[in-house]
Amino acid sequence: MISNKILKNIFLAFLLSFVLSACATQTKKVDSQMQGDVYTGTDTVEYLATGVPDRVFFATNESVLTTASRDTLRKQASWLRKNPDITVVLEGHADERGTREYNLALGERRANSAKDYLMTYGISSNRISVISYGKERPVDSGSNPLAWSKNRRSVTVKAN
Amino acid sequence: MKLIKILIIFFIITTKSFALIEVDITRGNLNPLPIAVSPLFADKDSNKNFSEELKIDNVGEQISEVVENNLKRTGLFNPLERKAFLQNPDLAHLKPRFEDWTLIKAQALVTGQVKFDNGKLRVEFRLWDVLAAKEMIALAFTTVPNNWRRVGHIISDKIYERLTGEKGYFDTRIIYVAEQGPKTKRIKKLAIMDQDSFNTKYLTLGNELVLTPRFNPTNQMVTYLSYFKNLPRVYLLDIETGIQEVVGDFPGMTFAPRFSPDGKKIIMSFAKDGNSDIYTMNLESRIVERITNHPSIDTSPSYSPDGKYITFNSDRSGFQQIYVMKSDGSKVKRISFGKGLYGTPVWSPRGDLIAFTKLHKGKFYIGVMRTDGSGERLLTENYYQEAPSWSPNGRVLIFYRETKSNSKGEGFSAKLWSIDLTGYNERQVPTETDGSDPSWSSLLSN
Repeated sequence: MISNKILKNIFLAFLLSFVLSACATQTKKVDSQMQGDVYTGTDTVEYLATGVPDRVFFATNESVLTTASRDTLRKQASWLRKNPDITVVLEGHADERGTREYNLALGERRANSAKDYLMTYGISSNRISVISYGKERPVDSGSNPLAWSKNRRSVTVKAN
Repeated sequence: MKLIKILIIFFIITTKSFALIEVDITRGNLNPLPIAVSPLFADKDSNKNFSEELKIDNVGEQISEVVENNLKRTGLFNPLERKAFLQNPDLAHLKPRFEDWTLIKAQALVTGQVKFDNGKLRVEFRLWDVLAAKEMIALAFTTVPNNWRRVGHIISDKIYERLTGEKGYFDTRIIYVAEQGPKTKRIKKLAIMDQDSFNTKYLTLGNELVLTPRFNPTNQMVTYLSYFKNLPRVYLLDIETGIQEVVGDFPGMTFAPRFSPDGKKIIMSFAKDGNSDIYTMNLESRIVERITNHPSIDTSPSYSPDGKYITFNSDRSGFQQIYVMKSDGSKVKRISFGKGLYGTPVWSPRGDLIAFTKLHKGKFYIGVMRTDGSGERLLTENYYQEAPSWSPNGRVLIFYRETKSNSKGEGFSAKLWSIDLTGYNERQVPTETDGSDPSWSSLLSN
């Protein structure tokens, strides 16, 4: 049993390394910017202050925050606590691979999931407003999985 | 914009006789009916007056061209070349020489004349069954000359109705979103045009994002989503006066609006705290009612034509699927169970079908199913397409389609398309700019 399992794992590892090495370098680059289908790169990211990224990314049809997203939002929360006069708008977005109306709702859900997290880190709800743009305002106009991953986002924008 | 009343002076449908020609619209038609549309005749004086008033020559011929093009686009008719016609239009209108028309293989014949009558356009037309040598319709009416294209559409509707047994859809308009510019900064305006893509007018300037316009049952009002002052809300627009007002006083985004079949309510989604539910607002009493109450996304509501039911899409099962409920929100029932995601359900004006968008394995489909979810039929597959809207007779769907862009965003386009319920006769609906979110009006003259 045990040896079977080990054999299977070795086989899988072998298969995986074979598949990976067979991939072109281009694909590797793309992979390094996505985990699952969540964007992990920094191409489109802007900064609210040094070390405070302005946006978080989501998986297809999801509004769940990833570990990286929660990390970004904690940085935003601490920046907001240090700057109590600043108010923000959270702009929720979807990729182009969904119906327009559903995507408006999805963008709103994503922005709110970021808002809820900021609130649990002590930011008052009256400092945060939310707007959804659905799929209307992509940052990347390409029609490919990497572009879509950059577009599934919630962006924190200074409102004052 | 003003819809000018059409004065029907007389209306005779001659008695139905045996064995008259008929067109079957329930299946794809491989043998479209050969029809000769003889140009509407105008005498010299009338022609001169029309040319002065309308700045176009031969308005009679132009009206006939409108008719020919309408009939041709249905895929059910094959309008014959005018060059082949043997009989002069004025004589043909009085008494067709049926042998001449049989010779060129016409099975139906349209004849008529236009007259300039005290500043008005007076039109007469007849539809003939060539093989049976019988008149099928004779009709005359008077309108302002400026309305000449509508005259062509009304004639087309009468011909279609007489030959297929169902109401036409030619004297109608399409409201849609005109699009320009790069994907990342797309400019969108409300636009309205005749069903045959003529007379395009822009109703907004493009200063704010506008989406999903839909007509009310009398086609005078439009409800749509506007990002005016960066607050996405459902608006109401009076097409004639241009007056716009926000619908209700919601503390958050309202979207996905449609009118109830009696035109008294707007049904829409309201999003708050990450949850979208369906609401209605009565436009007279301003009373707002909550129809769904569920922590999932409930959107894209559409009433059944009798107003008793609502279809909508929800992700309460974990994925976007189509549901039907009673109009008070009770008896919610999921109806889509096929593979993939389902959205944008729209109830057919005939009441028996729901059109939808489906996403499965990276492809988008426009399809229809019965209102209990049975009999799913996919009409067209593409890279991206959505948002079907029914022709008023429930025989054609208009929707929009987007093309794939490369990594620089090049190659992108958004266009309107139509397809028959049979799955045949797919064609692009031309628009001056790119277009999306089309919505078909009901018949303007009824």
